[in-house]
Amino acid sequence: MLGYIARRILIAIPTLLVIITVAFFMMRAAPGGPFDLERPMPEEVRQNILEHFGFDRPLHEQYFAYLGDLTQADLGPSLRFRDKTVSDIISEGFPVSATIGGLSILLSLFVGSIMGSIAALRQNKAADFAVMGFAMGGITIPPFVMGPILALVFGIGLGWLPVGGLDPRFGMTPERLVLPVVTLALPQIAIVSRLMRASMIEVLRSNYIRTARAKGLSGPAVLFRHALRAAILPLISYIGPASAALVTGSIVIEQVFQLPGIGRQFVMAALQRDYTVVMGVVILYASLIILLNLLADLVYAALNPRVKFE
Amino acid sequence: MNTTIGSEQNAEVLDKVAIEGRSLWDDAMARLFRNKAAVGSMIVLGLLVLIAVVGPFVWPHSHETIYRDRVWIQPTLENLHIFGTDAQGRDLFARTLVGLGVSLMVGVVASLVSLIIGVFWGATAGFIGGRVDLVMMRIVDVLYSLPFIFFVIILMVVFGRNIVLIFVAIGAVEWLTMARIVRGQTIAIKNMEFVEAAEAAGVSQLSIIRRHIIPNVLGPVIVYVTLTIPVVILAESFLSFLGLGVQEPLTSLGRLIAYGAADMQIATWTLIAPAATMMLTLFCFNFIGDGVRDAIDPKDR
Repeated sequence: MLGYIARRILIAIPTLLVIITVAFFMMRAAPGGPFDLERPMPEEVRQNILEHFGFDRPLHEQYFAYLGDLTQADLGPSLRFRDKTVSDIISEGFPVSATIGGLSILLSLFVGSIMGSIAALRQNKAADFAVMGFAMGGITIPPFVMGPILALVFGIGLGWLPVGGLDPRFGMTPERLVLPVVTLALPQIAIVSRLMRASMIEVLRSNYIRTARAKGLSGPAVLFRHALRAAILPLISYIGPASAALVTGSIVIEQVFQLPGIGRQFVMAALQRDYTVVMGVVILYASLIILLNLLADLVYAALNPRVKFE
Repeated sequence: MNTTIGSEQNAEVLDKVAIEGRSLWDDAMARLFRNKAAVGSMIVLGLLVLIAVVGPFVWPHSHETIYRDRVWIQPTLENLHIFGTDAQGRDLFARTLVGLGVSLMVGVVASLVSLIIGVFWGATAGFIGGRVDLVMMRIVDVLYSLPFIFFVIILMVVFGRNIVLIFVAIGAVEWLTMARIVRGQTIAIKNMEFVEAAEAAGVSQLSIIRRHIIPNVLGPVIVYVTLTIPVVILAESFLSFLGLGVQEPLTSLGRLIAYGAADMQIATWTLIAPAATMMLTLFCFNFIGDGVRDAIDPKDR
């Protein structure tokens, strides 16, 4: 298994390199630069700044210099925030994004698998139709529609929950997290419950479940000890794609709820040509997605004895 | 289905087989039209397309006209502001029409882009096979693990907010799954007995591709394209929501939703009108997509 992990990490390195390279050159192809201010600065100052950041050198030299810095885990300074490094910006924003993303994935796995199981156990009955109708809604309504609507209903209409962002001064109180987490989780709950329903129906029809019932096990024992363990497998392999979806979703959620997370930073940095911040966030998320995919595969193998590492 | 395969052992009936093969499509169509949700969605979607195409020419207000004295008017029949007006005094119904048109166009065009790239890539890999296949699919694997939305965002920043680029960028993101589906299907069909039978009967390579491979690949491709359209519409709205999509005065549902979300405390209708339109459109596409999948996909028969 260690060999398998090592090989997966080895494959990840060229993948990351491709990502870094493409992002680097695409960003540099963008018209304008980080130092195009509204008020033009004297040419001398401009030259000094460019020289300071090494932007006066040929592009390929900058590229290799950047790669060199990366090997020492140095993401460089932000070009827009003079007193901050990229690592500072990431370590400020990432906890917010990670909290919301992590909570939503837990919520969606938990709620989704329960709803999916209920739908499977009550196949073609009212509960099933209710769950599947909900799932259709969850898949169809995008977070950037759902977010404002939830904020409108629960925040402004009913006044139960605060609408505003997570001001770092107030900290991340639970009630401030509810709306963003739920909004981000809803489409995932929908997908998870669909997956869970399909796999649970299949498992319940299988021979070993019939055997378990035949030997006189009670309903709950069959369900929890035998069916659930097999039915949950497709969910594990869904964690990889789900994490990618959460990354996309978090960009919107942070915009809708004005959260100081990393997705918002990314969009701002891209618009302001803050090359280093853009690169840093891309690298962070790419590594995270690769890592989560690997983790999902390992958990999958741990739960499924039929899988062997080649 | 069984009779079709059985009769294929005889070269003389090959022509007839092709004609019978179309009856599979008739079956699928019949199944599709029995699906009430899908038929209802088709009617609603047809109406939406009609309004989006004809509406802007007929509606008395233009999406660009600014009525300075009519800012944030609630939905009213007066002056025919049936969806109200926005923060700048523009008619929201006219803007929703334009936004809907843009979203529908993006959905169709970007899906076509992904279709063309995906089918070309997948069919080439599947048909040639061997090392070419290995390399081509490895590239797809690597691209799969990229956080693509970041690249679309960077693309939009790099090349400016150009509507043609949105088509290409989103289409270029969505072709991966299509390539995988087409490749798998091509390989599976290439090795099937009826293809062998056709070869043995002396049918030319081109006819085999035309008569056997393409019709059999077509099913899953059509299913996937119908399911891609709503995804693509969402992707465009996502970009527009972030302010990276189409540029003013042109608008899209995502942009309208963004404005609506910003103004919702003062003018709820500016959010509700585009959000409801978007949801209606997506529901229709999803129901049609599910209907087409159930009709064509042999697994669910």
